[in-house]
Amino acid sequence: MAFKIIASQCTQCGSCEFECPSGAIKFKGDAYVIDPEKCTECKDAFDAQQCASVCPVEMTCVPA
Amino acid sequence: MSPPNSHDRLTGPKSFDRPATAIRCGSAPSSCGSPANSGDMNSAIWEKVKDHPCYSEDAHHYFARMHVAVAPACNIQCNYCNRKYDCANESRPGVVSEKLTPDQAVRKVIAVANEVPQLSVLGIAGPGDACYDWSKTKATFEQVAKTIPDIKLCLSTNGLALPDHVAELADMNVDHVTITINMIDPKVGALIYPWIFYEHRRYTGIEAARILHERQMLGLEMLTARGILTKINSVMIPGVNDEHLVEVNRWVKERGAFLHNIMPLISSPQHGTYYGLAGQRVPKAMELKALQDRVQGGARMMRHCRQCRADAIGLLGQDRGQEFTLDQIPEEVTYDASKRDAYREVVARERGDHVAAKGQAIEMVKAMGCGKSLLVAVATKGGGRVNEHFGHAREFQIYEVSPSAICLVGHRKVEQYCLGGWGEAATLEGVIAALEGIDVVLCAKIGDSPKEQLKGAGIRATDDHGCEHIETAISAVYAAEFGVKPLAATA
Repeated sequence: MAFKIIASQCTQCGSCEFECPSGAIKFKGDAYVIDPEKCTECKDAFDAQQCASVCPVEMTCVPA
Repeated sequence: MSPPNSHDRLTGPKSFDRPATAIRCGSAPSSCGSPANSGDMNSAIWEKVKDHPCYSEDAHHYFARMHVAVAPACNIQCNYCNRKYDCANESRPGVVSEKLTPDQAVRKVIAVANEVPQLSVLGIAGPGDACYDWSKTKATFEQVAKTIPDIKLCLSTNGLALPDHVAELADMNVDHVTITINMIDPKVGALIYPWIFYEHRRYTGIEAARILHERQMLGLEMLTARGILTKINSVMIPGVNDEHLVEVNRWVKERGAFLHNIMPLISSPQHGTYYGLAGQRVPKAMELKALQDRVQGGARMMRHCRQCRADAIGLLGQDRGQEFTLDQIPEEVTYDASKRDAYREVVARERGDHVAAKGQAIEMVKAMGCGKSLLVAVATKGGGRVNEHFGHAREFQIYEVSPSAICLVGHRKVEQYCLGGWGEAATLEGVIAALEGIDVVLCAKIGDSPKEQLKGAGIRATDDHGCEHIETAISAVYAAEFGVKPLAATA
């Protein structure tokens, strides 16, 4: 259970990185990526996934 | 008459210091909009704004700002914004060519301060929200303040996260904050903002707009309470909030806003914004002016905004951002204050002259008492003088001379007509169209051919007043136009 970022749509604004409650998002190489080992889909933390809620581009932070 | 001095050598054109004479540009409080002089505010406030090109119309003739794009993250979506877009040839808020880390930004600020003597202000205006992407904004400000202590720090925000950071802003001596406020009625807001992200969740519709409105008002009140000067930016969106902005002006004035900047929506399908794709129309230059004129007498009106990019550098009308991209900046830069210091001395001298010339010009216009008005387009490179060639101008500053005042009321952007000695006929047509409604054009030099074509369009162009102070030249034109003996040029 994890989310992923569709790199081709990402604006690289970085909001998801600091909103992620699990510290699962990092800028690696030339794109933001979600570490599936760390991603909890925000379960037990928030009602909705933080990355998807703050992302300015629809359908860019989506279930892996 | 305005001898080329060391100011020209330092930059292009210019000069000044704190105006010694208080001149009113019309009736209180400053019918010309943003403060042009110390005449209509207390000296503490004048000290804060006198070198800030966005907060003082007078300062914008002499001082430059730079924006560093360190804050790409945003907590709201606006229908006029698409941050995915990135274009070096476009000039509008939110657009940048390269995002910077705070360390890169500091290098860039030092490199620009070493080369651009007019630099007085560092602003963070996105491309996201400076208060939401706070850690980067803060790191940048702290490092720059250590290296260049006299640079003014300034930021722009949508207001949603602003109340969380007002105390820190005050601690860092940030004394100018711009809030973009497009509505005070959530029903209007719901048409402008599809969603906001607040306290870990996304809100939409009226609820989103209501939260945003409440946070904006709270933030504004908190800034006012701490004596931080605020500028309110409002995007005029025809049919959505144009009429409503009269009410917005009243609300922000009541809450202590220092300046109100009503800007036209920029919208085109190529921008990929909601409004662009939906075919939302933009206001015409004369519609914008009519709205600005209507709210005159409320919160002070800013008339000299150029809606610059989130990485703009230079005087407001001249973006030099392309000269300072990261690849042109050395890895190691050391701040050298010499150019900025030398420029300030020259400005200190010249600015007094300009204020005196302006005062005389306005007195002369008043004394004529002829009751007529003129719209004058001025080609200038800065320094408050008519000193740009017609064919080299990328914009004209628009002045309205009425029986009681000479006021900057806006600007018109144009494509540069003359490239390498030749004028393009098609470009000239565009320039003439952009000058719709203008009576007279003042410039440092103009050829016979463009002059004739302007005449054909009912616009009188002259280079007789090249190098004069803008207001002196305008008063002479006004006198000639209405058959009164002109004032001797004083500059």
